[in-house]
Amino acid sequence: MKITDIVKVLDAQVVVGREDMDYSINHGFASDLMSDVLTLEEEHLILITGLCNNQTIRTAEMANISVILFVRNKQVSQDMIELALENDIIIISCKYSMFKTVGVLYENGLEPVY
Amino acid sequence: MMHNEFTVVEGDFANAGKASSEIKKTLKQLNIDNQKIKKIVVAVYEAEVNAIAHAYGGTIYVDLDEEKICVLIKDKGPGIPDIARAMEKGFSTASAKVREMGFGAGMGLPNIKNNVDELDIQTEIGVGTEIKMIVNFNS
Repeated sequence: MKITDIVKVLDAQVVVGREDMDYSINHGFASDLMSDVLTLEEEHLILITGLCNNQTIRTAEMANISVILFVRNKQVSQDMIELALENDIIIISCKYSMFKTVGVLYENGLEPVY
Repeated sequence: MMHNEFTVVEGDFANAGKASSEIKKTLKQLNIDNQKIKKIVVAVYEAEVNAIAHAYGGTIYVDLDEEKICVLIKDKGPGIPDIARAMEKGFSTASAKVREMGFGAGMGLPNIKNNVDELDIQTEIGVGTEIKMIVNFNS
């Protein structure tokens, strides 16, 4: 799925990376536990999470994850934006619950990591 | 041969990952294989979070040559009473604050073990813990 399509189906907003709307991603992983994210071998994925702090961005950085989608209308801090910019990470934010978000993305063809 | 040191401050969650991030940048500049970089930075990041969350801060020592990276994380206590239990997936003594940060589910040490070629943990109650990890670049 392209970022532009993800934004459309989730009525979401791009917080960081507005110039990367054509970036395409095939897999998704949803978790609020960063240690679980750090066990993944797959890298080309979108991380769907309600955990919204510096550690989310750091985890994506270490795991080579280039897109983070925050659910439940989380507010992204300036620190997080700067960290994301420094590491070329795209940040998207939507108001939907984690359950609804993953359901909609799955229905639109985003694949699970396992 | 390269040597670097980073100070980790107790409870400083805002800066957790800074040392791992610096290590990643250095390894990328040296054109080390991406998978090897990921392994060592995931392990160091987990250990960095541990030192900030469970210990009273400490120092990270990094030694790097053409063949391997060796990272020693030396914290200031309180030590691990039962290492075998701490290595079990799901065993945790984490505070609510640590869990709020997205950690504390008892995955840290098992994650570290899975990512490194060599791991040595020395711990003394009331004194501190030393975690030494090595990732070989050519294996």
